[in-house]
Amino acid sequence: MNALLAEYLPIVIFLIIAAGMAIAVLAGSYLVAPQRPDAAKLSAYECGFDAFEDARRQFDVRFYLVAILFIIFDLEVAFLFPWAISLSKIGVFGLISMLVFLGVLTVGFIYEWKKGALEWE
Amino acid sequence: MIVQAIAFYAFAAVTLAAAVMVIAARNPVHSVLFLILAFFNSAGLMVLLGAEFLAMILVIVYVGAVAVLFLFVVMMLDINFAELRQGFLQYLPIGGVIGLVLLAELLLLLGSDAIGSIAPAVASSAPTPPINEVTNTAALGELLYTRYVYLFQAAGIVLLIAMVGAIVLTLRQRVGVRKQSVGKQLRRRREAAVELKKVVPRGGV
Amino acid sequence: MAEVGFWGGYAWPALLIALKVLAIVLPLLLIVAYVTLAERKVMAAMQLRVGPNVVGPLGVWQSFADALKMVFKETILPTGANRVVFLAAPALMFTLAMIGWAVIPFDDGLVLSDINVGVLYLFAISSLGVYGIIMAGWASNSRYAFLGALRSAAQMVSYEVSAGFVIITVLLAVGSLNLSDIVEAQRDLWLVIPLFPMFVIFFVSALAETNRHPFDLPEAESELVAGYQVEYSALTFGLFFIGEYANMCLMSALTTILFLGGWLAPFDVAPFTWIPGIVWFALKIALCLFVFVWVRATLPRYRYDQLMRLGWKVFLPISLFWVALTAVVLVVFDWLPQT
Repeated sequence: MNALLAEYLPIVIFLIIAAGMAIAVLAGSYLVAPQRPDAAKLSAYECGFDAFEDARRQFDVRFYLVAILFIIFDLEVAFLFPWAISLSKIGVFGLISMLVFLGVLTVGFIYEWKKGALEWE
Repeated sequence: MIVQAIAFYAFAAVTLAAAVMVIAARNPVHSVLFLILAFFNSAGLMVLLGAEFLAMILVIVYVGAVAVLFLFVVMMLDINFAELRQGFLQYLPIGGVIGLVLLAELLLLLGSDAIGSIAPAVASSAPTPPINEVTNTAALGELLYTRYVYLFQAAGIVLLIAMVGAIVLTLRQRVGVRKQSVGKQLRRRREAAVELKKVVPRGGV
Repeated sequence: MAEVGFWGGYAWPALLIALKVLAIVLPLLLIVAYVTLAERKVMAAMQLRVGPNVVGPLGVWQSFADALKMVFKETILPTGANRVVFLAAPALMFTLAMIGWAVIPFDDGLVLSDINVGVLYLFAISSLGVYGIIMAGWASNSRYAFLGALRSAAQMVSYEVSAGFVIITVLLAVGSLNLSDIVEAQRDLWLVIPLFPMFVIFFVSALAETNRHPFDLPEAESELVAGYQVEYSALTFGLFFIGEYANMCLMSALTTILFLGGWLAPFDVAPFTWIPGIVWFALKIALCLFVFVWVRATLPRYRYDQLMRLGWKVFLPISLFWVALTAVVLVVFDWLPQT
């Protein structure tokens, strides 16, 4: 157990160092660069016009659908990971059980395809 | 050992603080960001227990997929948080009851010798192999698809229902949209598309 | 257990690890600086022109001149922007691109953190890359930025699924999630040969995930100005830029580890084995980066709906089918790796 945890310690230290570097860079830019804000510079980019309305746009349901489909296929991949590395131990029964699982999700995928949920105009 | 103890207390404290901030933050986007912080620290706690596969999957699925979905929704909808919070007091008793139920479950679990006496068969049927012989992921893989195959297939069915449900509830076909049909474009032949006409000068077509 | 003092037990090992981290990060930043220059020179050569050649002989100091310019420019915080999230987004993207390198094996045993779940860790890092973009787009309080960020996020997420399935096919052939084991398993045969279609799909998915051409519509100049980066200036833009190229290098490293044999020499015979593994690793990454740049100079850009169609309707079914095919073939012929 200690060997396992010892391998994770460098990751934590790496994270602290990398985050520290990023913050140092940002702080450095505040110290070194000139700060002269004025109204024209600070307004949002709109090809020279003032923005007509707030940045919140009409909710586009397609993004939500893509996110949900991603969750489902990500979970499928998550189930595939332990199976892939232990396939030699679980033999044909394990193979068939996973193929049935993949088949069930393929049925769902075909349903989506036919319904046009994968279309994006 | 002391490093592990410090790490545990740090992760646990940040998880609790982040969880409280999820409901206390004023801006809904900040709430989701605190939730993500809570997930990360829970993953850290799982690594401390040696459940590295579960920690990584928590990050990949929860932070990488579910929280992205939350962020999409929260950022695109203009949620009026002040209005949502007004009903807080009337739901307090129900919330309190649910909290008590969860606390009771936690206390039952912590009394682990109670579990041993109620269901000894469950407790010793699948002992965890030592971590230096079989990695956490391999140990899970050896059990999940053979011993617990029915639960596994049930998970597959739940995912199928989620897929179908999402589409049934949200998909609206937009009328009058022209779609590209790649097959149709490729089947187009020169004879059908181009026509050569002999044009007399100053005659027009 | 014997009582170790503060210095011997904790501080010196931590300092040693910090030194190793710097030994990875500093050369990496240097390499990223030169990759940006190399991209400009290679693209220029493909377009029959010279590229930057004013600053230093053949333009070698160009990246440093650009970096220095960016340091002295003003960092603009747009009105209505959420300050903390606005500044956290580039920091997050930079940090993620850096910490992915903790698990990459550069040579036999030369890896900072040899965890059992290296592949999952890298998959998690690429999943988290979406956040830098979403946060940048939302915090800028600009319609172009927000729309660009959403489209970019949807694109990255779509190609991650097929990348996941491709990784599964590699894992079936190797039998372990540890990156060093994956490289070791390719001593006899690099996985690019039996799994060539998967290599192609993975490489194209890497292009899409790093928002590189031909999938760079969300940040294309002519389409949405710079997409989610439009409101960023000076060093905050610099952090995004470095993060994007470091991410590109990370994806190239992952491709070479999974398919091209990592630090292994092409043939296990005398002249090839004299060259150290880390040199082979660097050469293979350089090859992948060259193809990244070559693709940018050669191909036209994908339209957004064509891009999404490719990810969901072409790559996903093919990679899913290949997972099933690989598993069935390995079990039937009993070629599974015995771990």
